[in-house]
Amino acid sequence: MPDRKDLIYAYDGSFTGLMCCVFESYEQKEIPSIIRPPSVQPRLFDTAKWIETNEHKADRVFNSIPLKISSPAQELVKLGFLTCAPHKELLIYHFLRLGFKYGSKVMTMLTDDTVCSLQKAVRHLTSESHKFKGFVRFSVYGEVLVAVIEPKNFVLPLLAPHFCDRFSGETFMIYDKTHSMALIYRQQKAELMFVEELTLPEVDGTEVEYRRLWKQFYKTIAIEGRNNPRCRMTLMPKRYWGQMTEFDKSDEQEKSKGPVQWRVAETATEILPTSLGSLDSSFQYPNS
Amino acid sequence: MNIDIYDKLTILSDSAKYDVACTSSGVDRSGKLGSIGSAVKAGICHSFSADGRCISLLKVLMTNVCIFDCKYCVNRMSNDIVRAGFTPIELAELTINFYRRNYIEGLFLSSGVIKSPNNTVEQMIKALELLRNVYRFGGYIHVKAIPGANNELITRLGLLADRMSINIELPSQESLKLLAPNKTKESILRPMGLISSKIQENSADLVKFRHASKFVPAGQSTQLIVGATPDTDHKILTLTESLYRKYHLKRVFFSAYMPVAEHSLLPSVDIKPPLLREHRLYQADWLLRFYGFEAKELLDEQNPNFNLQVDPKCNWALNHLEKFPLEINKAPYEMLLRVPGIGVTSARRILTARRSSLIDFSGLKKMGIVLKRAQYFITCKGKIMDGLKITSDGAIRALMSQQYKLTTHYPEQLSLFNEPFIRREEVQQCLTGKI
Repeated sequence: MPDRKDLIYAYDGSFTGLMCCVFESYEQKEIPSIIRPPSVQPRLFDTAKWIETNEHKADRVFNSIPLKISSPAQELVKLGFLTCAPHKELLIYHFLRLGFKYGSKVMTMLTDDTVCSLQKAVRHLTSESHKFKGFVRFSVYGEVLVAVIEPKNFVLPLLAPHFCDRFSGETFMIYDKTHSMALIYRQQKAELMFVEELTLPEVDGTEVEYRRLWKQFYKTIAIEGRNNPRCRMTLMPKRYWGQMTEFDKSDEQEKSKGPVQWRVAETATEILPTSLGSLDSSFQYPNS
Repeated sequence: MNIDIYDKLTILSDSAKYDVACTSSGVDRSGKLGSIGSAVKAGICHSFSADGRCISLLKVLMTNVCIFDCKYCVNRMSNDIVRAGFTPIELAELTINFYRRNYIEGLFLSSGVIKSPNNTVEQMIKALELLRNVYRFGGYIHVKAIPGANNELITRLGLLADRMSINIELPSQESLKLLAPNKTKESILRPMGLISSKIQENSADLVKFRHASKFVPAGQSTQLIVGATPDTDHKILTLTESLYRKYHLKRVFFSAYMPVAEHSLLPSVDIKPPLLREHRLYQADWLLRFYGFEAKELLDEQNPNFNLQVDPKCNWALNHLEKFPLEINKAPYEMLLRVPGIGVTSARRILTARRSSLIDFSGLKKMGIVLKRAQYFITCKGKIMDGLKITSDGAIRALMSQQYKLTTHYPEQLSLFNEPFIRREEVQQCLTGKI
């Protein structure tokens, strides 16, 4: 098989396209040294070979993975495509070459450079998406929940099942600023779509009030005598802080003294005689 | 005095923060249409506070009014602090609204004892029923059982919660009598036994009837205070082990005693909390739960406390050098787990990788296995690592824990009479436990 140093594949950047690159390489018996998505600028003198995307060819490759290698390998390839690993295309391509050669054994070849790099990249992706399950912060705009995230990997496909299940009755959107994509969920249906830019309206008083309550809870719950900023930084690196309510300092001064627009809080204080002696009776709630 | 919701939240989360448990793990429950929320088996951390602890649940007290007078507790009756209480509606609104914004994974509800333990549990049931049945909340709920409440009430509470806990706090009967005069060993262990047997009963029911309602599906946990009383690590760890065995607890938490009260029976207010000791206990706890160790292997009557310089597993390995070095390509899983620096993940990866080929040291590195400590205890294909010089100095430096070195970095007042400089030989003796 000719292993030409200068063979470059260019594809449309989709997973289907990448599977076609694999098809092409086996059909032509050639090994590309670079597989280039459209987002990467071509170099001055490279003559890339454009690989046409074809559903049928892609399906043949993709469906052969569980048969010739294993289902976990297929899953790994699918996840590998969502990672932010540089040259993830080449990594996946070489992994598949190994897989088609060694079969299911490839999943145990952890000391191989390709296998271990791909698995490491996928671990980075899954651990980042797990973190975002907790770190996503929604703001309420009327009936709609909106969150903005800036992940390194493309985590939205992994977040979708979790949030759609949890907030099945809500309408929400998670906007991925890094990849300009948004997960939109309404009427029990989720879709991923390209969103160039997102401008959010002003938040209302209730939202401001809950943000203030959360910030206060966040501050209070820490035990001063155990202060440990390094530990916090390890578990929650600073790159996540930008979109998290508890680290947002913008509206602290001007709004904290504003009128309390929290209806429930107001009615509740009417119901609740707060003096110590009558505390027991206050635990009755009105509609009981 | 008019307390608004902001102040209440401040007071009642401030009083609840000394409870360590903030995990949301142990149960998988998918969301339902018409209700809000789900639970994930592994648990999800939603934030980390300035002390590095995970924030997963809205951790509050229902009220900080308490008729008990436990000496170590901020909420004890004799302490002069502002008292407040949430109504069930306030609590439900806060939980749901925090939950919708994905601030939290659920609610952690504890309470001071109002009037009587039974009365308190009734109030808690009322609040949780509102949250579960009216607000249709399907997220995680961790609730504290109040020592002394009757069985029927504890059972009802358990059907509303995912996890229940009763804090033992003080590891011995004598300490309890001294510092928590209103609690007895019996009043703590009876509900614990009840919950444990209910859970087992329930899991049998679930096999028979698919729709049997679930009783505390994420199991129960407890908490022990470290450093408030003279109880040794050995005593604490043995108690921990028997709690796992007898009561099938999911977790035992340790809390380094934070001096919050001035009392002749307690350590003085200005001592530092024994954080490193707490850390060692947690490490040992992990060894019990995931590494197949037994308490008696780690500590005994002669060495009743953990060595602060090295972690418990390393300490064990140094005392059992006859079992090492271990051949990575042959050793069984149980032994791999006993190598300092190799954990469950690493050991599993080694098992996987050696199915396809022999592993050498560069292979171990590629797999992401940290060799800093492990290198002294293993061989690959019969050889020790290239260029590894086993000098006592180098080995000591690698095996000593980071935390121990860090403690000297705390700013401290210069003293005319400095503590004597620790010599290398002394450290060495410490490490091997031959003092």
